[in-house]
Amino acid sequence: MSFHVNGKTFSREPAAGQCLRTFLRDLGWFGVKKGCDAGDCGACTVWLNGTPVQSCITPAFRAAGQEVTTIEGLATGDELHPMQQAFLDAPGFQCGFCTAGMIMTAATLTERDRDDLPRVLKGNLCRCTGYHAIEDAIHGVKAVEVDAPGGACGTNVLAPAGREVVTGQARYTFDTEIEGLLHLKLVRAPHAHARIVAIDKTAALATPGVHEVFTWEDVPRRLYTTAIHDDFRVDPNDTYMLDNVVRFVGQRVVAVLAESEAAAEEGCRRVVIDYEVLPAVLDPEEAMRDGAPAVHDRGEDDFIRQPERNVLIDIHGGVGDVERGFAEADVIHEAAYATHRGQHAHLETHGSIAWVDEHKRLNVRTSSQSPFIARDKLSYLFGISTGNIRVFCERMGGGFGGKQEVLTEDLCALAALKTGRPVKLEFTREEEFTGTSTRHPMRTEVTLGARQDGTLTAMKLRIVSNTGAYGNHGAETLYHACSESVAVYRCPNKKIDAFAVYTNTVPSGAIRGYGLTQTVFAVECAMDELARSLAIDPIELRRRNMVRPGDALVALGDEPNDAEFGSYGLDQCLDLVEAALARGNGVAAPNGDDWLVGEGVAIAMHDTAPPTEHRSEARLSLEEDGHYLLATGTAEFGNGTTTQHAQIVASVLGTTTGRVKVIQSDTDRSGYDTGAFASTGTFVAGKAVWLAAQALQVHIIDFAAARAGVGRDRCGLEEDAVVCDGTRATLTDLYAAAEGSGHRLQAARKAYGSPRSVAFNAQGFRVAVHRVTGEVMILQSAQAADAGVVINPMQCRGQVEGAISQGLGWVLYEKMVFDDHGKLVNPSFRNYRIPAFADIPRSEVYFADTHDTLGPLGAKGMGECPINPVAPALANAIADATGVRFRELPLTPDRIYRPIFERHGVASAAPEPAAVS
Amino acid sequence: MNLNTIQEVRAGPDVSAGGLTWTDGDSWLAGGTWLFSEPQDHLRRLLDLRAFDWEPLTVRPEGLRIAATCTIAQLDALVAPLDWVAAPLIGQCCRSLLASFKVWNAATVGGNVCMSLPAGAMISLTSALEGVCTLRAQDGSERQVPVVDFVTGNHQNLLLPGELLMAIELPVSALRKRAAFRRMSLTHQGRSAVLLIGTLGQDGGLLLMITAATPRPVQLRFDAVPDAAKLRQRIQDEIPDELYFDDVHGAPDYRRHLTLHFAEEIRAELAAAPLN
Repeated sequence: MSFHVNGKTFSREPAAGQCLRTFLRDLGWFGVKKGCDAGDCGACTVWLNGTPVQSCITPAFRAAGQEVTTIEGLATGDELHPMQQAFLDAPGFQCGFCTAGMIMTAATLTERDRDDLPRVLKGNLCRCTGYHAIEDAIHGVKAVEVDAPGGACGTNVLAPAGREVVTGQARYTFDTEIEGLLHLKLVRAPHAHARIVAIDKTAALATPGVHEVFTWEDVPRRLYTTAIHDDFRVDPNDTYMLDNVVRFVGQRVVAVLAESEAAAEEGCRRVVIDYEVLPAVLDPEEAMRDGAPAVHDRGEDDFIRQPERNVLIDIHGGVGDVERGFAEADVIHEAAYATHRGQHAHLETHGSIAWVDEHKRLNVRTSSQSPFIARDKLSYLFGISTGNIRVFCERMGGGFGGKQEVLTEDLCALAALKTGRPVKLEFTREEEFTGTSTRHPMRTEVTLGARQDGTLTAMKLRIVSNTGAYGNHGAETLYHACSESVAVYRCPNKKIDAFAVYTNTVPSGAIRGYGLTQTVFAVECAMDELARSLAIDPIELRRRNMVRPGDALVALGDEPNDAEFGSYGLDQCLDLVEAALARGNGVAAPNGDDWLVGEGVAIAMHDTAPPTEHRSEARLSLEEDGHYLLATGTAEFGNGTTTQHAQIVASVLGTTTGRVKVIQSDTDRSGYDTGAFASTGTFVAGKAVWLAAQALQVHIIDFAAARAGVGRDRCGLEEDAVVCDGTRATLTDLYAAAEGSGHRLQAARKAYGSPRSVAFNAQGFRVAVHRVTGEVMILQSAQAADAGVVINPMQCRGQVEGAISQGLGWVLYEKMVFDDHGKLVNPSFRNYRIPAFADIPRSEVYFADTHDTLGPLGAKGMGECPINPVAPALANAIADATGVRFRELPLTPDRIYRPIFERHGVASAAPEPAAVS
Repeated sequence: MNLNTIQEVRAGPDVSAGGLTWTDGDSWLAGGTWLFSEPQDHLRRLLDLRAFDWEPLTVRPEGLRIAATCTIAQLDALVAPLDWVAAPLIGQCCRSLLASFKVWNAATVGGNVCMSLPAGAMISLTSALEGVCTLRAQDGSERQVPVVDFVTGNHQNLLLPGELLMAIELPVSALRKRAAFRRMSLTHQGRSAVLLIGTLGQDGGLLLMITAATPRPVQLRFDAVPDAAKLRQRIQDEIPDELYFDDVHGAPDYRRHLTLHFAEEIRAELAAAPLN
């Protein structure tokens, strides 16, 4: 067969059942991405004779003889297609993984289509942006600015990889061709709890193309945790690479290594596994009862607090005396709030490629938020020193916490070490749902006591978190759940009892908000309900009780704490949101009396680094060509840290970001970095960059001053030169002079995530709720963020917009549904609906005007916190609109319509009897 | 996604001449948009329906013939005769598909009907417009079945092994009816939880087509537009609570609630419409 792709002709026969997406990638067109592999997300969009199709659901043979255009074929030479340019200028991307498909779709839209983006973009999912930036791109709105020398900070500088992203040249984890690559596929557990009696590999090994079949007997029998933290002591070692006990449906059981994915899949189908099915427990409250099946035996790790009751960890703390506080209260509000699972749904699935190089070193190319700790885990598992392992990422297609976990690197390494061949393991979208991690479901009982004037007298929480089958992030998320949601309020009496509980369900893990999202929902809803009981405006109630500088940040106890007010903008955030809602946005509820309108707000506080260890190193040098080279260990997954780091360097060194090159996330090429999580890319890694830039500035000025024979106070850095007493010496000259005299114009600095500051957010919604259908229409969304000095306003706004979108998805649309045996029934984007363009309103985003004394250049991180006030603000708005309080997420129309209709149904449509369940 | 168990695709005269013996592991291939969207480990061979080269759409005095292989995009682009006042349903139903316009370029009307999902909007359209399927058996013999009877449940229909759907005929009498359309999805532009269509004949008869809410389409015919109470009673009589579909796209009680609500809205709308 003959295929024409981007003007080139290929004579190649696709496999009979091959889809066009993989065929094009086999031909080297890596701009064609896999997000879902099921026709739902559009990341694989290409044109057939100019008509856009989802190539993952297009039979490859049907493209024969047609003109195929991929993102790589869109530009004319160096001249970008106007839509590529528009996506670059807006810019219409964060991680960029959806961008090729988004552009290939947008570039086909007519003028009329552009007026109906909710419809024409429903086949293109973006998990990062919240779609505002994409809408801007399609409508030609430009936000990108060019920074002036020394003026990068505060400027909307474009991400350095921008051009690669819009042309499909940016290399993500699998966008590489490796000779002799073998493929791994996994057999996953069909039972929630079972012991493996026997595994028969014979038929699998006899499958043509199959090289190896790995079972629990073939892996290092070392307990570890898949969770990534600098301090490995904070997570339980309760996991084996492959185990002879399965604890959730979807657990890895057998890995088959073969010449092709097809052969590996066939091998998987031929593995015969004899299971002894064991009693399972799916609910955390049931798991804590006497006689419940034990998910983990004693002896696995004494970290596990009460294995016989499935309690991974229990936390008890507080200050003052809550009983006295409740006795002093005029009003007590008590209720339980429940939050559900949620999937990260980063468009690039997990995966890695491992090989052993000619120096016998293990190399792992992966999609990880922490290459360094992934390396350290491999070192531990295989008994190889860290010096003999390199782990690196190029560009990553989103993370959101899901890649703060070692889920593929270990098996790839195992197979590569065993065979000496390069090995790839790439998860399917289904595996993302069944075999990675989710947000911890939590149930939080909140009791608040207050005086008539609104002053809080006592706060009491009981939290039960479902960590699933493994403890990975169970303990740390629970500590986080117990922290800022309570500490944000000044109250003399606080008490928290919290439990993280094992069940035979898919493990929960790290995800944006990290445990706090769940209890912010509980506390902020409870505060709203308390305000209504007291007949005090909910915003006013918060103002009376929220912490202010000078207050202690207290939740579990009042021992010394390294978190403090490096800056404070919570008051501004609340004012900004209040003013925005008061001002309105001119959007009215639809006509007719079917729509109920209301408003709600919520606040959130977030420590700017985790309480556990977090370290970063930045290495900065002046290069021969007069550019600066920055090496950091942190990873870029669309969060924008690369841009910010370049901006910090440019600001300190008086140059432009165009003269700063950044290399990152490669254990061979930079100093140690704990990883891109806990909102530390700006606050910790950025601080290392800031310190390194200041140090290099001193070195350069000192060298230039000595060379010019003038005092250093008479020298200053310019874009590409140092000017000493009016005489310019270019940076290239200085480099050459320094080299010649044995000087190194470079610096490295480390930063540590302590002391920590606090960031703040406030969210407001005005909604209309349909009294019959339960549809929630968001009329206005406004969020204010206190990120300190905002280094890149456009990117920071993108973080807030993306977090609002993820928050809204969690509240309104996303729902993981399990059957009675613990099997997920909807492991696909078709049936687990993340927000599409049509689902997300445009939000107003405001920034508080603060300068942080602890963060680099006065900045604070803003990666996670903006998601936290979204769910409660929306639930509060729905309660305000309907008079009905919903305390259990999600708030899909079919879950909320009944009580609303019972309350607001009118005579013409008589209320339903409440008999149907 | 790759369907790695597929060993062979047969196309052209091999398929259209009917010389192939249907065996386990065979599947017809239309647009492939669903087939390639889920693992199909039980399949070994695909038979390409494009071999038949059917005319996608034929407008005739008797009505509209839609070939099974007509794409959604082709159907959506149809310029209907002016007196087909029900024709706007075509666009409304195309827009009720979860699939985007890109998928419409390959996905077929026949594929959507043969998938037989409750939310299959082409089932809603063609059943509301009283469509009749022409099915062709392995031996070349044909039979005709109304769409409303063809779909028997979630992912279930009357097709026998090796049998295929050739075309759906929509009678002109139905296309000339006044129509009312109501739909709800839990997400914007998402999969239908409930999709109801009512049509009003020139004889005053009302046809109410309930889809998405139930695993198979439910058709209710009334000689004249009933009053609200009678309509409600009829729905409750014909659709017991347990018949409402239960999946992640809508709880059964919600589907029941909206079926009753939308049915009444449609009744009121059509009752208020002047007869031609």
